[in-house]
Amino acid sequence: MNWPILSVTTFLPLVGALFLMLVHGDDRFAKNTARWVALWSTLVTFAISLVMVWRFDASSAEFQFVEKHRWLGVSAYHMGVDGISLPFVILTTGLMPICIIASWSAIQTRVREYMIAFLVLETLMVGTFAALDLVLFYLFFEGGLIPMFLIIGVWGGPRRVYASFKFFLYTLLGSVLMLLAIMAMYWEAGTTDIPALMRHGFPLGLQKWAWLAFFASFAVKMPMWPVHTWLPDAHVEAPTAGSVILAAILLKMGGYGFLRFSLPMFPAASYDFAPLIFTLSVVAIIYTSLVALMQEDIKKLIAYSSVAHMGFVTMGIFAATSQGVAGGIFQMISHGIVSGALFLCVGVVYDRIHTREIAAYGGLVNRMPLYASVFMVFTLANVGLPGTSGFVGEFLTLIGTFKVNVWVGTLATVGVILSAAYALWLYRKIVFGTLDKPNLAGIKDLGYREILIFAPLVILTILLGIAPKPVLDISAASVAQLLENYGAALKAAKLAAVMAQ
Amino acid sequence: MNDPQIVALLPALPEITLACGAMLLLLFGAFRGERSASSINLLSIVLLAVVGVMVIELPPGKLVAFGGSFVVDAFARYLKILTLLGSAAAIILSLDYLRAEKQQKFEYAILILLSTTGMLMLISAADLIALYLGLELMSLALYVLAASNRDQVRSTEAGLKYFVLGALSSGMLLYGASLIYGFTGTVSFAGIAKAAGQGTGNAGIGLVFGLVFLFAGFCFKISAVPFHMWTPDVYEGAPTPVTAFFAAAPKVAGIAIFVRTTMVAFPNMTHQWQQIVVFVAIASMALGAFAAIGQRNIKRLMAYSSIGHMGFALVGLAAGSPEGVQGVLIYMAIYVAMTLGAFAVILAMRRDDGAVEDIYDLAGLARSSPGMAFFLAMLLFSLAGIPPLAGFFAKFYVFLAAIKSGLFALAVIGVVTSVVGAYYYLLIVKIMYFDEPAKGFARMAPSLKWVLGVAGLANMLFFVYPGPLLDAATAAAKSLF
Repeated sequence: MNWPILSVTTFLPLVGALFLMLVHGDDRFAKNTARWVALWSTLVTFAISLVMVWRFDASSAEFQFVEKHRWLGVSAYHMGVDGISLPFVILTTGLMPICIIASWSAIQTRVREYMIAFLVLETLMVGTFAALDLVLFYLFFEGGLIPMFLIIGVWGGPRRVYASFKFFLYTLLGSVLMLLAIMAMYWEAGTTDIPALMRHGFPLGLQKWAWLAFFASFAVKMPMWPVHTWLPDAHVEAPTAGSVILAAILLKMGGYGFLRFSLPMFPAASYDFAPLIFTLSVVAIIYTSLVALMQEDIKKLIAYSSVAHMGFVTMGIFAATSQGVAGGIFQMISHGIVSGALFLCVGVVYDRIHTREIAAYGGLVNRMPLYASVFMVFTLANVGLPGTSGFVGEFLTLIGTFKVNVWVGTLATVGVILSAAYALWLYRKIVFGTLDKPNLAGIKDLGYREILIFAPLVILTILLGIAPKPVLDISAASVAQLLENYGAALKAAKLAAVMAQ
Repeated sequence: MNDPQIVALLPALPEITLACGAMLLLLFGAFRGERSASSINLLSIVLLAVVGVMVIELPPGKLVAFGGSFVVDAFARYLKILTLLGSAAAIILSLDYLRAEKQQKFEYAILILLSTTGMLMLISAADLIALYLGLELMSLALYVLAASNRDQVRSTEAGLKYFVLGALSSGMLLYGASLIYGFTGTVSFAGIAKAAGQGTGNAGIGLVFGLVFLFAGFCFKISAVPFHMWTPDVYEGAPTPVTAFFAAAPKVAGIAIFVRTTMVAFPNMTHQWQQIVVFVAIASMALGAFAAIGQRNIKRLMAYSSIGHMGFALVGLAAGSPEGVQGVLIYMAIYVAMTLGAFAVILAMRRDDGAVEDIYDLAGLARSSPGMAFFLAMLLFSLAGIPPLAGFFAKFYVFLAAIKSGLFALAVIGVVTSVVGAYYYLLIVKIMYFDEPAKGFARMAPSLKWVLGVAGLANMLFFVYPGPLLDAATAAAKSLF
């Protein structure tokens, strides 16, 4: 059978959204229809993406499920996945149904529009990871701003307007420079086809400028210190599911971009700029961990911890060793699950008490034992305890970095300790102690719907911690080829430099 | 029909038809009085459609008339169709508005027709005389239109201001034209190019002076900085359907003659004109982005928005290459669609006690009229240049050309101002979607719904099937080189 499985995965949520546009009214029936349509669209999309995993040939480093059609004059509609992008596609499609269920009763106003925004966002996110043409990639990458802007602005907290504007303009400013670099690459190589550009071999001058332009975009998206300031605002004000998507998937677009574009297309520039990345990563790991220690808002704390964890990812990717890159990918997947789950944990108590202040909680273990254990699993995974998925990623990136630069590795390890400090402190403040706040006295433990969303996440977190091999295997061939090409390009560049002398 | 003189006029047949049709309708209106307004509106739309068909059905290739001063090529065809669409949409947009405001006058549509005749001539002009004739026919009708609500001070003030400043700019343009004629000895674009090329590319200072004055006139017509001052006042003062008309068709004609003159008459003087165009583009983009931020009146806001958009279109011209011209052509088509769609909503901003123009009147529109809010939001994101909407592709092609020509600074400044400009478009989306609902608007008239629907869908679905527009623009751009 030969149907365009990748395009179906990408655009199926959009079909669901178009269907929802036809639903009218704001009564109970319309709301429930919207929820069920969204849930089924995302579930079917997830199922189809699993078929893709099943049919994926992990031993090949080539792009698979490739589709190519004539589109704009300069670029084509070219889609495909390899071992680097497939895990992100699955992460996206897998988290979407969970987000929809998490919003089931939390969102009561404008449910239809909310679900439409999420479904459109899913299409754009999957498309970002599956696009094999730079202009197409940019289209999906930037298009995601529109639904996310509306999600934060319409269903967000009290300072939602400020947060949504900051999110939108910050990210846009980073990306437009990348767009210009894409154009310059087009005139240099005569195409915007990603596989062709990977083989092109750009001159060093262009590599440096283009690397910086792409860096501007991905560093903001990732986000790296010092351009991370939009993230805490956006996270705090976004509704729970919006925070989950932001932390779990949108942040990964930056890391994915580094892997897909910066490293293979500008190898010499990546090598030259690696110290810059290392510095920023280490600052991010240590500084934002310290900042996280000082937070009074639960969501803000987790947001800062995300910045720190993304620091490990950038460090691992630009170490450009097989452990570093594989660890970076694994860390992104693991962080997608864990930080998403942590935001869901915040959502659970927020739905009950309607505050995110750490000081407003305490002693929840007495009333919510189940919640306390679930929260503990994710807290420990966030810390990077062996046996959880968080450990594998951090460990691999640290090994990969030690091989390249001992100092960077050492400093980053300090960050692991700091992350234990803030995460355990948060856990103690909220879960342990005496339950003496009057409004917490009647708080209820997890309901069946909440158990339903946490169960797969808990299982995955532990499973990936004990047996990380499946994820690592999927990406192994592609990572090996990426590094092989990277090494060859560097060698050639060095040879050219020697020849020039 | 075999009379050679008549055959020689064939390329100008659409313009001749339009002019004669307009005069016939004028007679009809003069005999029937104000009652004829609705039928004249309808007939005018039909007339514009007929002229559009004529433009398409003219024999292919490059046609010349009036001793070489009037040329019909793919470039002219493309822009004429666009102009006719803009004019027809402006008449459609006015139908219900003028009825509700009790300002129905039969002269309205006829003035649009006459002005359109001028635009079509301007688009086809191949020498300085034809250029001036077309420009003045277009402008004189526009002055009257701006003042057409003659009982209102704002409208008459807008008309007068537009007329005085417009006359000044026409004077500058004429002065420039006379300098160019004086230093080259010819008025035809091809002749000027030849004469300017003879001095081994080192054109005389007199010719450069002429060029600058000529450009000043063009900049006034397309409201580019530093000749933009009239725009906010005229946009605000003129009746809203007239503003919608100003924002679309005359801009297309203005850009058309700007591009044709630069590319055909001064191809050897790239060095001299490029820096002017780069400066004008940067200044327009920056002013359009920053000055719009403080505006509360949506018509003034659209005025600054249009100044900014002309800056973006000029980025393509600054590139001075076939890709650049193609970019300008794509930009104008998408710009016209976006602007007309946005004005359809502005015209629908009406409560029981009359029309409103403050952006905060749109508060909570997403609840009171979700469809209208959705379409406007998409148009605004498109105006801001966010993919996958059409406005992104408009910017994409002009910047693509600028990068190819090595205008990196222009491109960087351009994209940064587009981020600044995104702020005020987002502000309107915020007012519609995040704010608490204000009092809802009266029902949107069907004519406005049609314009909004067509413009909105074209703008959202452009990325699905961009082929036809891209191919047409490529062919049109090629015909100039």
